[in-house]
Amino acid sequence: MTSSASSPNHIVVRDLTLAYGETVIQRDVRFEVPRGRIFVIMGGSGCGKSTLLRAMIGLLEPAGGEVLYDGTSFWGADPAERESMTRHFGISYQSGALWSSMTLAENVSLPLEEYTALDGDEIARIASLKLALMGLAGFEEYYPAEISGGMRKRAALARATALDPEILFFDEPSAGLDPISSERLDELILELRDSMGMTIVVVTHELASIFTIADDSILLDAQSKTMIARGKPSDLLEGSSDPRVVEFLSRGRKGGGAELGPRGDGTAEG
Amino acid sequence: MSTSRSDDGTLVVRLEGSWSVEAGIPSADPMIREISTPPPPACIAFDASALEDWDSSLLAFARQLGDAAGARGVKVDPSGLPAGARRLINLAAAVPERADARKKTRRDRPLARLGDGALSFFETTGGLVRFIGMVFLSFLRLLVGRARVRGRDFWLFVQDAGADALPIVSLISFLIGVILAFIGALQLRQFGALVWTANIVAIGMVRYLGPMMAAIIMAGRTGAAYAAQLGTMTVNEEIDALRTLGISPIDFLVLPRILALILMLPLLTLYADFVGMLGGAVIGTLAFGLGAQEYMSQTQSILTMKDFLSGLNMAASYGVLIAIAGCFQGMSSGRSAAAVGEATTKAVVMGIVLIVLATAFWTVLYDILGI
Repeated sequence: MTSSASSPNHIVVRDLTLAYGETVIQRDVRFEVPRGRIFVIMGGSGCGKSTLLRAMIGLLEPAGGEVLYDGTSFWGADPAERESMTRHFGISYQSGALWSSMTLAENVSLPLEEYTALDGDEIARIASLKLALMGLAGFEEYYPAEISGGMRKRAALARATALDPEILFFDEPSAGLDPISSERLDELILELRDSMGMTIVVVTHELASIFTIADDSILLDAQSKTMIARGKPSDLLEGSSDPRVVEFLSRGRKGGGAELGPRGDGTAEG
Repeated sequence: MSTSRSDDGTLVVRLEGSWSVEAGIPSADPMIREISTPPPPACIAFDASALEDWDSSLLAFARQLGDAAGARGVKVDPSGLPAGARRLINLAAAVPERADARKKTRRDRPLARLGDGALSFFETTGGLVRFIGMVFLSFLRLLVGRARVRGRDFWLFVQDAGADALPIVSLISFLIGVILAFIGALQLRQFGALVWTANIVAIGMVRYLGPMMAAIIMAGRTGAAYAAQLGTMTVNEEIDALRTLGISPIDFLVLPRILALILMLPLLTLYADFVGMLGGAVIGTLAFGLGAQEYMSQTQSILTMKDFLSGLNMAASYGVLIAIAGCFQGMSSGRSAAAVGEATTKAVVMGIVLIVLATAFWTVLYDILGI
């Protein structure tokens, strides 16, 4: 990867418009993410958070605007260049998206086989290390269908970090997880930022995660089809005069307790 | 339940007894008739003092009455209802989701639908041509050793499209042989040419029915499976995960499936040919009294290598078509369980249509070439 010195911001999203055919999902989305920060894209269901993420990782061409990584336009680049840029991404999908016909070790190994010159033994060692870092030591030979939802999420994270990416994208990390599993995942995300200096982009609507991990964030709104807030979530909660922003961020804080809102439901860990 | 009018023109609905969904929802029609007949009441009120128990049936009743009253401009005073019921009715009356939240399902006029159908046909055809192009490029990459095909996957597909398909192919081909022999023998017997039954079965199986039946079985079995597998992988974002990793899903997922089917369908066909001829021989000898030796030498005398090769050539082409139909539909599947089902159906239909088209093509070509 080229040096980051030329640009202080690792990711710049400039006036991005997203659309499926003629249906505009979001317009004029703009934000910057400095290197080594966790940036959260917030919003209610169906507001276009995941669509924005798809445009950032090359799965959906935006209808307008651009995405720059280290100052290089992503969609302006030719396909080969774009492919070499995505090589520095790690992506953890909403459903985990582990390849179901492969074991966990094979899932983590595939990116290594594809993009490194390591031999089989070295790859196996790294795969095993990555799984162990995510608390999955000993699960190398398991298939994705044989483990719980929380473990699948962590295995997907192991795969996403296999190549030590510079940017980690996370689509709904806590979707379908119980509070404890999703808290562990939040800790892992913070750990990856702190120990490896990764830039991390997280799409979520889970308030507990948002307040725990976000260095900075935007809030997308489905009604007005654009972003309605930008800043650190706790600052937004205190400082925003927009009732929609306050309502979104205070859902879990109503009714007396200063505690955060309920987390996702779903399968239990283990 | 009864109603009465108070002096100020209010219609009071007196709710009595125990209301439960199991007992049915009392009709609001009598009350609706009452508010429809002039003079209309000024207001509708409820008296729940004799109400013992209630559940959703009361809510449904009150809601129906409320809607009817609202439509006639009659006010409803819910204060007489139990407090819990009042809260639930308010909740149900709250502003619904955004009106545009639901995807539009338009009901177009026939001409517009015809146009949409034609456009989507051309879109699918264009998509298929593009897909075939990508598969071809991927095949070239494989030839120069740059495609990433997992050997283990390939052998699993070979097993699935080969050994695992033997029982069903055996059954169907045997029965096809039996049917051919039966029809042939019944007709030929009238001319005293019973032994020619062997010719009909041999030529029929080896040149056409062997490859076609094996292909139709594989379209229903393996083509559908390919579409379902790839469709589910689309739903689970597994294909996205490959793409963003810069690994071509065509190389990784489609090519091994296609190669496995190209390899296995001719072999299955060869097997089907022999099982079909066996079926014919069983009927010829047991039901029509032909000698086994006689039947076999007749079969040998008529079959040439050319017959086998023309059948196998067709089988290999069917293999490509079935695998392409299955993989294409799977890869272009939508992201829901229903879409995967639809993709699977389309894969089978497309596979069979392509098989028939290819048969017509080869038949004409063989005729022109004199094969």
